[in-house]
Amino acid sequence: MTRSAIYLCCIVLALLSLPARAALDAGQLSKLAADDNDAKVAVVKYLASHPSPEAEAVLTAMDNDALYQNQGRLLIVRGDQAIDAATLQALGPVPDSAESIIVNNRLRGAVQGALSAFKLFSSDLATRLKAARDVKQDPRPEQLPLIQQALAKETNAEIHQDLLLAQASIQISSSNEAERLAAVKILGATNNPEVRTKLADMLIQNNGQYNEASPVVRAAAQQALKSIDLRISLARAAASLFSGLSLGSVLLLAALGLAITYGVMGVINMAHGELLMVGAYATYFVQGWFKTHLPQHFDWYVLAALPIAFLAAAGVGMVMERLVIRRLYGRPLETLLATWGISLILIQLARVSFGAQNVDVANPSWLSGGIEIIQDVVLPWNRIIILGFSMAVLVFMSFLLSRTRLGLFMRAVTQNRAMAGALGVPTGTVDTLAFGLGAGIAGLGGVALSQISNVGPDMGQGYIVDSFMVVVLGGVGQIAGTVYAALGLGIVNKLLESWSGAVIAKIVVLVFIILFIQKRPQGLFALKGRSVD
Amino acid sequence: MDNQRRKFLGTMGAITAGTLLAGNRFAFAADKSPIKVGVLHSLSGTMAISESALKDVALMTFEQINASGGVMGRMIEPVVVDPASNWPLFAEKARQLLTKDKVAVVFGCWTSVSRKSVLPVFEELNGLLFYPVQYEGEELSQNVFYTGAAPNQQAIPAVEYLMSKDGGGAKRFFLLGTDYVYPRTTNKILRAFLKSKGVKEADIVEVYTPFGHSDYQTIVANIKKFAGGGKTTVISTINGDSNVPFYKELGNQGLKATDVPVMAFSVAEQELAGMDAKPLVGHLAAWNYFESVKSPVNIAFVKMWKDYVKKKGLKDFPVTDDPMEATYVGIHMWKQAVEKAHSDAVDKVRIAMAGQTFKAPSGFTLEMDKTNHHLHKPVMIGEIRADGQFNVVWKTPTTIRAQPWSPYIAGNEGKQKL
Repeated sequence: MTRSAIYLCCIVLALLSLPARAALDAGQLSKLAADDNDAKVAVVKYLASHPSPEAEAVLTAMDNDALYQNQGRLLIVRGDQAIDAATLQALGPVPDSAESIIVNNRLRGAVQGALSAFKLFSSDLATRLKAARDVKQDPRPEQLPLIQQALAKETNAEIHQDLLLAQASIQISSSNEAERLAAVKILGATNNPEVRTKLADMLIQNNGQYNEASPVVRAAAQQALKSIDLRISLARAAASLFSGLSLGSVLLLAALGLAITYGVMGVINMAHGELLMVGAYATYFVQGWFKTHLPQHFDWYVLAALPIAFLAAAGVGMVMERLVIRRLYGRPLETLLATWGISLILIQLARVSFGAQNVDVANPSWLSGGIEIIQDVVLPWNRIIILGFSMAVLVFMSFLLSRTRLGLFMRAVTQNRAMAGALGVPTGTVDTLAFGLGAGIAGLGGVALSQISNVGPDMGQGYIVDSFMVVVLGGVGQIAGTVYAALGLGIVNKLLESWSGAVIAKIVVLVFIILFIQKRPQGLFALKGRSVD
Repeated sequence: MDNQRRKFLGTMGAITAGTLLAGNRFAFAADKSPIKVGVLHSLSGTMAISESALKDVALMTFEQINASGGVMGRMIEPVVVDPASNWPLFAEKARQLLTKDKVAVVFGCWTSVSRKSVLPVFEELNGLLFYPVQYEGEELSQNVFYTGAAPNQQAIPAVEYLMSKDGGGAKRFFLLGTDYVYPRTTNKILRAFLKSKGVKEADIVEVYTPFGHSDYQTIVANIKKFAGGGKTTVISTINGDSNVPFYKELGNQGLKATDVPVMAFSVAEQELAGMDAKPLVGHLAAWNYFESVKSPVNIAFVKMWKDYVKKKGLKDFPVTDDPMEATYVGIHMWKQAVEKAHSDAVDKVRIAMAGQTFKAPSGFTLEMDKTNHHLHKPVMIGEIRADGQFNVVWKTPTTIRAQPWSPYIAGNEGKQKL
C-alpha cells in the first residue's frame, strides 16, 4: 500500500508541469481490454492528446507490460499490488483472474511516441533532451500539437533545434505550401533517412507531374538533399572504417595469446580456442557470483572477471604445459595431435559441467548502446571499448616481453635454449610461465569475446582458424606482425563484405592468404638474422 | 541376440496366432517384451545446443508412457545414440539402430542435411523416422513423418502478418540467413510469394552469412540504409549460434523493433534462454507452439518438463519450445498408431498413422494428414518479452494443412494433390 502511495506521489510530482489536465474517460479506456488493435491505437492517440498523470501512468504501464484487465476493468500492476488505471486508486493485491494486456509492436510504437511527447514537458533537462531526440528520430503526426507547445516554452537551444527538426519532419507532408517550404528549408540539417526519402520523393516525376507541385519547394528540397547526402556518406565511410578496425581488434584479441605460444615458443597449440572458452566461462562464473552476492555493483563484473579469467586460463595452460607439451618439444606433429586431443577434452568438460547450451552473459549497461555520430550511424560502446582493451592488452604484453626479467628470459630461451640454460636461466620454469602467459592472454580475449558473441562449449572452434591465420600472416615470432595482420585483415574483410557479401568476403580472404603464404612463407614481417630454429 | 530371436519368434507366433484366432488383440496382449525405439540427436558438436533438449524430451515422454502402462502393456526401451553433429555419422548411426538394435521407430534429426543423410537408410531398410523440426519442404518419404512445420505453416503466414496493419504494414523485406539449404529454399519461396503480392524486386534483398558468422556490423548498417526507403522488416533464417551476435549488434546500434521488426524462424525459447532478451523486446518469431500458450494441456506439459529437468538435474534450460512440442506430439501419435494397428511393424504403423489426432500443448487438436505425412498445425506469431518468453500476438483460428511442395516453386504444380 505504502509503496503504491509513494509511486502515486512520484507521478503527480513529475507531471505537475504538464499542460491541459483532464480526467480520463473510462469508456475510452475500457477499449484497451478488447482484442481490437485499431481501437487500442485510437485509445493511445486519445491519451496522447490528453496529457495527465493518469494518461502517463497508463501509457508507462503499457510500455512495461504492466497493464492488466480483470473483468473489463483496467489495472496497473506494481509488484503484487494493483492500481485502478482510470482513477489511480490503489486496489490491493492483484486478483488471480487478471490477464495482461498484450502490447504489440504497432501499439508499442504509438505508446512510446506519446510518452516521449509527454516528457518534453519534464522539469529535468536530461529527460527533455532524450525525449526531444526520440521525437526527432521518430516523428508522428499526432505529436504535432505537443511539439508546438513545447517549442513555445523551450529555452534550451539544443532541444529547441531537435524540436524544430521534428516539427519540420511532420510538416513536410502538410498541405500548406508555406509550411512545406519552411519545413524543407530546415530539413537540410536532418539526418533522418525517412525524411530524406520524403525529400527525394518530392523530386520524382509522375506522368510529367512532379510529386511536389511548387518549384520553390522543389529547389529547396534539392538543396537540402545535397547537404544531407554529403553528411551521410561521410559518416558511413567513417563507420565502415570503424567496423573494420573493430573486427581487427577482435581478431587481435583472439590471436595475441597464440602469438606467444605459437609465435614465440613454436608450440602448435590446437587448444588455443578452448583457452578463450575458459576465459569466457570464467566471465560467466563471475557474472553469476555478482548476481547473487553484489547485485548493486553488477555493472562492474566484467572488470572483476579480467584477472580471474587471466588466472583461470593461465592455470589451465600451465597444467597443459607441465603434463603434456613439455614432453613433446621438438616434435611438432605430436604436439599438434596432443593439443587437439586436449581441446576435445576441454570442450567435453565444459559441456558436462555447464551444459551443451550456450550460457547467457549479459552486457553491463556501460557496454550497451553506442554513440550516434549522426542519426542511424552508431558506433556501439562494446566495440569501442574492446578496441581500446585490445590495445591495452597489447601494451601490457609488449611491456612484459621487453621490459621485465621474465620477458628477457623468455626471449633468451627461445633464441638459444642451451646457452640460456648454461647461463643459469631455469629454462623449464620459463617455458611453463611463458605458456601460462600466452594462455592467460587468451583468457583475457575470452572475456572480450563473451561481450559480443556466444559463450558455449564450442565457441573456441570458431576462432582457432582465424587465430592461426593472423599469426601466420603476420609472421611467426613477431608481435608487431600480428597486430598489422589482425587490423589489416579486419579492414579488408569489412571492405569486401560491404562490396560482395559475407560469404564471398570470407572466401576471398582465405584465398588471398593462401596465395600470400605461397609467395612469402615467412609472413609479413620475418625475423632477421638467426631465427628461432 | 537371444532377445532378438525371442522377439522374432514372438512376432511370428503372434502373427500365426492372430490369423488363427482372427483377432490379434488377444495374441499381442501376450507379448510383454519391451519395444525398442531409437533416439538420433546430436549430443556433442555444434548442434548439441538445440538437439540435446529434444533427446531429453523424448526420454521424458517415454517415461511418462511407461508410467501409465506402456504401449499395449509393453514398456518402451529407448536406445540413445550420438551422431555428434556429423552428417555422414547420422547415416551410420541410423543403420546401426535399424539393423543392430532393431528399433521399431526412430525419433531424431534437426538440420535438413542430417535428415537428407539418413533418408536413404530409412528407405532401404524400411525404417520409420519422426522428424520434429520446421523445414523447407520439397520432400516426402514413405518412411518419415514430419511433425514440424512446412513453409506454408510458418514462413508464409509470418510474412502475411508483417504485411498486415498490425504487423506494421511492411513494404520492404530484408531476407537474412545462414548459407545452407533451409534458408535458401525458404527465401526462394518467400521471394516468389512476395512478388505474387506485388512487392517490387528492388524492395527485396537477400543476404547470407557463413555458419558461425559473428560480426554483423556491416549487415546491420546495411539494414539501416535499406530501411530508409520505407517500412522495412527483416526476415531472419539465421541458424542457432549466430543469433546472439546478430541481436546484440541490433540492440547496440539502436535498431528498435518498433522501427524495423525482425521476424525469426529459428529462434525459440531455448535459444533465447542463452541470451539477454531485454534488447530484443518486440522482435518476432513464427512457430506452431509457444511456451506461453495458456491451455490446460500446455500447463501440464510445461510442468512435466520443469519437474523432469529438476529431477534429473539436467543442464538444459527448463523452458519448452516448438521442436520439443513436436517431438512430444510425434511420440504420442506413434503410440496411438501402434495401439490402433496392434503392432509395431512399420507398414502397419504407417497405415494407422493416417488421420491420427492428438490434443497438443498448443491448445489445438492436431491431425496427421491422411496422405502427406505432415501434421495439420496452427500458426502463431510471438513477440519477444523481456523474460525470454513470447507474447502470442496473432494465431490462425484453425489448424492448417501442410503443403510440403510449395506452390511458389516452379515444377511443383503436379505434386500438390498429395
